[in-house]
Amino acid sequence: MSELNSALEHPTYNYKVVRQFAVMTVVWGIVGMLVGVLIAAQLAWPALNFDLPYLHFGRLRPLHTNAVIFAFGGCALFCTSYYIVQRTCQTRLVSDKLAAITFWGWQLVIVAAAVTLPLGMTSSKEYAELEWPIDILIAVVWILYAIVFFGTIMKRKTSHIYVANWFLGAFILAVAILHIINSLAIPVSMTKSYSIYAGTVDAMVQWWYGHNAVGFFLTAGFLGMMYYFVPKQAERPVYSYRLSIVHFWALVAVYIWAGPHHLHYTALPDWAQSLGMVMSIILLAPSWGGMINGMMTLSGAWHKLRTDPILRFMVVSLSFYGMSTFEGPMMAIKTVNALSHYTDWTIGHVHSGALGWVAMISIGCLYHLIPILFGKERMYSTDLINTHFWMATIGTVLYIASMWVNGILQGLMWRAYNQDGTLTYSFVESLEASYAGYVVRVIGGAIFFSGMLIMAYNLYMTSRSDVVSQPAPAAASAA
Amino acid sequence: MDINDLRGLSTLFLMITFIGMCFWAYSSKRKKTFDEAANLPFADEELNQRTIQEEVKNG
Repeated sequence: MSELNSALEHPTYNYKVVRQFAVMTVVWGIVGMLVGVLIAAQLAWPALNFDLPYLHFGRLRPLHTNAVIFAFGGCALFCTSYYIVQRTCQTRLVSDKLAAITFWGWQLVIVAAAVTLPLGMTSSKEYAELEWPIDILIAVVWILYAIVFFGTIMKRKTSHIYVANWFLGAFILAVAILHIINSLAIPVSMTKSYSIYAGTVDAMVQWWYGHNAVGFFLTAGFLGMMYYFVPKQAERPVYSYRLSIVHFWALVAVYIWAGPHHLHYTALPDWAQSLGMVMSIILLAPSWGGMINGMMTLSGAWHKLRTDPILRFMVVSLSFYGMSTFEGPMMAIKTVNALSHYTDWTIGHVHSGALGWVAMISIGCLYHLIPILFGKERMYSTDLINTHFWMATIGTVLYIASMWVNGILQGLMWRAYNQDGTLTYSFVESLEASYAGYVVRVIGGAIFFSGMLIMAYNLYMTSRSDVVSQPAPAAASAA
Repeated sequence: MDINDLRGLSTLFLMITFIGMCFWAYSSKRKKTFDEAANLPFADEELNQRTIQEEVKNG
């Protein structure tokens, strides 16, 4: 009874679930990126599928995307949202039990995905390949997640809801709607279902979902992270709180409309394509508003970048965010899209966002978070964070540069005509020309992946209670 | 007046909402509240420390 009273008088946070999700973020990051490196290698050396159906590119590619987006990114979002909502609402999660259920439920979803996708069970909807029983499990876990998150906000001790929670709340709400509407299907057996949508409507629902998975899962959620951890790491409040409010409403209002740019020059009505294009271009404004807000938080503290590799991760991730949110609207313009669509440029663009922005902001936040979660002053080794930073940056640059070159090359070769109207190049000629880029991509991806292994080692050493962290480099140079 | 007038007006309506929101966010009346809100990430160190201590105590 006295223990209960002391818990009421001296509340604490639930760091257990945050810690579990933090560890699994690193684990699933390694798994997902390893699959990515393997399928990148298959594109350069096709024999690497070993003639096994389970290792076929067509089955492993959705495994890679699901693992990095929903396992790695998802765990990072669960981890940081549970942490941020507690700390900025100054209250413990509304239910430890429900939070634990979301952890184990989400791991179950990931394991189910890792089993069913290589077996070839797929609904064939991009980024939503999982079959209906898993879709239902996702929906249940997600609704519980919403209850924990919004329940915690409702019992907050602060009068204001900090802006990071707005972004995280929008992410949770939007993903619930997107997932449920896009996954509506008629099951014909335990492992097979057919979408209730057909034809062009199916395509439009799919890309309404697909682009908002980017907009809300991979953008709004990670912006929530940015709005908490960048000020924390820089030790100064966000550059402009007012701008963050305008940023929030503009971003959530505009993103929803951008999906049709995935369907340029298809059976989708022309007006819908043009609408998607215009909204995508408008999207540049809120995106850059957010990037500037994050970057400018460092104004007056730029010198910290010299000694703090964690802050470097965050700032470089914002640079990649700015780059890819400029590139995106450009690629959404129909005439540019005519060149870029179906080429490797798209894959380069996605990875500029996925590796440069999503992964690097998550990694930066985790390096800030892990010592706190294990009761340490700092990570075991700051030098290794720095090494990881350079590997991540170089890996990303190699990846996206090779895909830009490949993409433009493919686009130009595919549209080249002879005077008599025949195609100048066959498809396989463009494939041959792409080979060098594919090899560079494997190298870049492998470097990025290796950085994650260094992170895992650093995490392990930080988690051990019998290991003392190495002195911070700044202190070492001062002494 | 048909449905297309309504569609056109909705653009105008959204424009007004956006401008209104900007005025709302940037009005000097709300500056103090927002400055306080911006400092929320730094306002709970005590609770964080207590959590860490409890966790160390309980292994």
